[in-house]
Amino acid sequence: MIREAPARVSGGGTGAGRRGKADGRSATGVRSGRGVNDFALKIATVNGTGSASANGLIMKSIFRMGAPVSGKNVFPSNIQGLPTWYEIRINAQGHVARTPGFDVLVAMNGETYERDIAEVAEGGWLLYDSSWPLARELRREDVNHIGVPLAEMCVKRFEGSRIRILMKNIAYAGALAALLDIDLDVIRGLLEETFGARKRHLLEANNTAIDLGHNYVTERYDCPLPIRVARPAGDELSWEGRILMDGNTAAALGCIYAGATVASWYPITPSTSLVDAFGKFAGSMRKDPDSGRMRAAIIQAEDELAAAGMTVGAGWAGARAFTATSGPGISLMSEFVGLAYYAEVPSVFFDIQRVGPSTGMPTRTQQCDLLLCAYASHGDTRHICLYPGDPAECFDFAVRAFDVADRFQTPVFVVSDLDVGMNDWAVPPLQWDPAYGPDRGKIKSAEELDRMDRFFRYLDVDGDGIAWRTIPGEHPLGAHLTRGSGHTKYGTYTEDAEGYTEVVDRISEKIESSAPVLPEPVMESVPGAEMALVTVGGCEGAVREAMDRLGNSGLHFNYMRVRGFPFAESVREFLAEQKRVFVVEQNRDGQLRSLLTTETGVAGASLEPVLYYGGLPMSAVHVVDGVLARLGAGPAGSPAPARTGAVA
Amino acid sequence: MTSITKPRVVHPGLAKNELGLTTRSYEGAMSTLCAGCGHDSVTAALVEALWSLSIEPHRVGKMSGIGCSSKTPGYFLEQSHGFNSVHGRMPAVATGANAANRELTYIGVSGDGDSLSIGLGQMCHAIRRNLNLLYLIENNGVYGLTKGQFSASADIGTKSKRGVPNLQAPIDPVHLGLSIGATFVARGFSGDKTQLVPILTAGIRHKGLALVDIISPCVTFNDHQGSTKSYQHTRDHFRPATEAALLDPPDMVEEMATINVGPIPPGQFRDVSLHDGSVVRFRAMHEEYDPTDRGTAAALVRRLQDRGEIPTGLLFVDPDAGDHHDVMNTVEEPLWSLPFEDLCPGSEVLSDMMARFR
Ligand SMILES: Cc1ncc(C[n+]2csc(CCOP(=O)(O)OP(=O)(O)O)c2C)c(N)n1
Ligand code: SF4
Ligand SMILES: [Mg+2]
Repeated sequence: MIREAPARVSGGGTGAGRRGKADGRSATGVRSGRGVNDFALKIATVNGTGSASANGLIMKSIFRMGAPVSGKNVFPSNIQGLPTWYEIRINAQGHVARTPGFDVLVAMNGETYERDIAEVAEGGWLLYDSSWPLARELRREDVNHIGVPLAEMCVKRFEGSRIRILMKNIAYAGALAALLDIDLDVIRGLLEETFGARKRHLLEANNTAIDLGHNYVTERYDCPLPIRVARPAGDELSWEGRILMDGNTAAALGCIYAGATVASWYPITPSTSLVDAFGKFAGSMRKDPDSGRMRAAIIQAEDELAAAGMTVGAGWAGARAFTATSGPGISLMSEFVGLAYYAEVPSVFFDIQRVGPSTGMPTRTQQCDLLLCAYASHGDTRHICLYPGDPAECFDFAVRAFDVADRFQTPVFVVSDLDVGMNDWAVPPLQWDPAYGPDRGKIKSAEELDRMDRFFRYLDVDGDGIAWRTIPGEHPLGAHLTRGSGHTKYGTYTEDAEGYTEVVDRISEKIESSAPVLPEPVMESVPGAEMALVTVGGCEGAVREAMDRLGNSGLHFNYMRVRGFPFAESVREFLAEQKRVFVVEQNRDGQLRSLLTTETGVAGASLEPVLYYGGLPMSAVHVVDGVLARLGAGPAGSPAPARTGAVA
Repeated sequence: MTSITKPRVVHPGLAKNELGLTTRSYEGAMSTLCAGCGHDSVTAALVEALWSLSIEPHRVGKMSGIGCSSKTPGYFLEQSHGFNSVHGRMPAVATGANAANRELTYIGVSGDGDSLSIGLGQMCHAIRRNLNLLYLIENNGVYGLTKGQFSASADIGTKSKRGVPNLQAPIDPVHLGLSIGATFVARGFSGDKTQLVPILTAGIRHKGLALVDIISPCVTFNDHQGSTKSYQHTRDHFRPATEAALLDPPDMVEEMATINVGPIPPGQFRDVSLHDGSVVRFRAMHEEYDPTDRGTAAALVRRLQDRGEIPTGLLFVDPDAGDHHDVMNTVEEPLWSLPFEDLCPGSEVLSDMMARFR
């Protein structure tokens, strides 16, 4: 399938046609190779210029061709004018974690030319807008230059400044299609779906712009480049049949499917799109066909304190209720989380993590709220957390969060992050088990209460640590005053040691007893391996790729990704079996490692942190470098630096 | 309004309401507040109001924040669910509960610290949403539960127990409510049940947020000479602007209202229909008054206050505004009770939808 087609160079470059390795990295370094279905592409544009649709078009076209692909949006906390990037990685083995270093760079932002150009791998390709000459000092001898007069062509071809700017983006998509051999029919099909008959003029403009870019490079360069996209054939890995979805959309669908009826929230990146999606789905799926009225209440609260209070109030009144926020919001919600924990009110909290502390970097990703969520609020608290690793899990875990919250009558956190929540991931299609029914937990119905002569809200009648609850308004016998102040098992106010302790001890047991029913850890044992890589959330791709590379150098690891907290017994057992454990996560202080140490009793010294927290999704190189640094520095427990926060 | 038979006579004590219940069925646990605390009188007025409306006790949701005042949901309606939540956040909890189950009658009890300091934002937003809630501020000018610090409702010059004057201007919930669009604004006094009970009954019937500021003296920390929230000071300066009564059902109206629209001359009355058909009869007390005109209400309250008086009564009502559910356009049934089949679109819809993501 590989066609040798070295590009003719538009001038200056000497790296024409260089293929394969030669990017200056070690065998376990940045990339394993470069070629058909094995390269990374970065597009540098200016925020607010409409480049997102062009980037989405390229990404989706590659995805439709069945090649394993991922797209990462690296965007600023800004509405218009600041630099923004879109990164696409294609990898025939399915390793699509973010990778630093790019084979093709589309430089559309003059302000970031210098740093963008520096990121092109040796022998790679730089596509730039040649309407203006590229400054000599920006030229790199070891890179192929592909100049396309995008602005010039679009000014000639289109009327109006807005459309010219928009079409300039679509034109680079056309150029990339030619260079990377992206199927034009697929692109045209996508445009037809987007604009259809309703927006004929836009469809025409887009098609014209695609042709402008496509024809220009086809006429002047050898197309396609040696790095390019091909439909997987034979036994090659194909991702055909998958869907492209972001985690927040998936989580929102999960909330719809779980039967959530009350959503309260306060806007914050990167969680906003979750509630937006819920609203959109509710608009079609929760409209009463007869009355046109909504079977869901979506309340934009005045702040996160209120959003949490509404969630807890609705949970108390019997609805499946949730809120979605990010770190700053969780900080504000903490008082209510403690109330829901102690008063035992089912409630679901989505934390789409972003870089902290404080406002931090709002549009960059991190896993920095692991400890915050696990122990949110003052007093002795400990919360059930679910950690989805991709959008498919966001859907599943959203549903499970409501079941678990109802069953254990407690707040449940779904701890996602910006990378999982906002980037499009290619995952198997979401599925729904028609036999599913919500687990509403232990609720005494009006009929049951009618046959009882006493009811006490916090009495452990079944010995499982979970007391029965009642829905307000259903029956006088079920009535009680819910409170966050000291209470006995009978629900009465107390300042008495015994009455207080009895209840908080039961709650502690109750939370612990949830461990076996939470999503079980993903585990993989490699024969002969004595060390392990342990991670959480969206790091899985990077860690698995790192395992492959380390394996090539004879270093073999067992693998575990935790998906629920409190940790299952199997987590402790797994850790205890390893000689050395590297805990890979995206925060500065090794929060998962702290949690594992505190919660499993496995000696902290045997758990070694491998950290990246610079705000971009984790890459295999962070894992490889971190692990090698630790191994090189000696036996477990030695204080080797394994933080790779400085690496892009 | 047409005139008819005699208005309901309320006999407290062992009389029975339409459900055959006495006020005993509307009481709660023994109060643990200080003897003589104004809040206990508000509780008693609430018991009477709920009893007189023949509301099924278990169909009420009692919501509160934190403070002596917020403890009172324990002392009425033993057969109702209640939620004594966190300081200043009753409005949010009530908003969520009401979203989940719009059928219950919600009574929110708060204090001046709870609502005018820590919870000021939430109170304003509950007003803005016109949440269907009777919102009581048991206003004593101090933080009772934390032992008597001035609250945001303390008047300039009022003295603490140790004689220290307050120097900061108060936040007046009545002015605030009127200015940000509250659809029902009243002020009462815990020491005047005759005035308070009809305000509470009308407030419960009002569709939307009924804001009732109740001067409710703290006998322990703010009932001394020099305090403007003491029993004595309140009695001396108390000035009813209107007298209101809920006529329910409306055919109990004795005689035609003299005024149907616009201002009421002193001593005369006007009937205003609430959304459920019951009627609030207003009588203007000392001067002309239009209880449906926000501007007039605000001006009168200001004028009386400038004279050092405490204007009281049901001061303003807008019976036609939509509540939070109208804005959200939610179904009639309580959301919590919708059958799962009506909520979950099912596997076919999901697999069809996947095409959109291919
Ligand atoms: C977050 C928080 N801060 C402070 C407190 C302490 N606190 C309890 S009650 C109260 C003031 C209550 O005053 P008010 O609402 O006027 O009620 P009152 O006791 O006067 O009826 C304060 C500050 C608390 N419970 N929670
Ligand atoms: S301290 Fe004041 S407000 Fe609190 S119970 Fe005593 S009298 Fe009432
Ligand atoms: Mg007070």
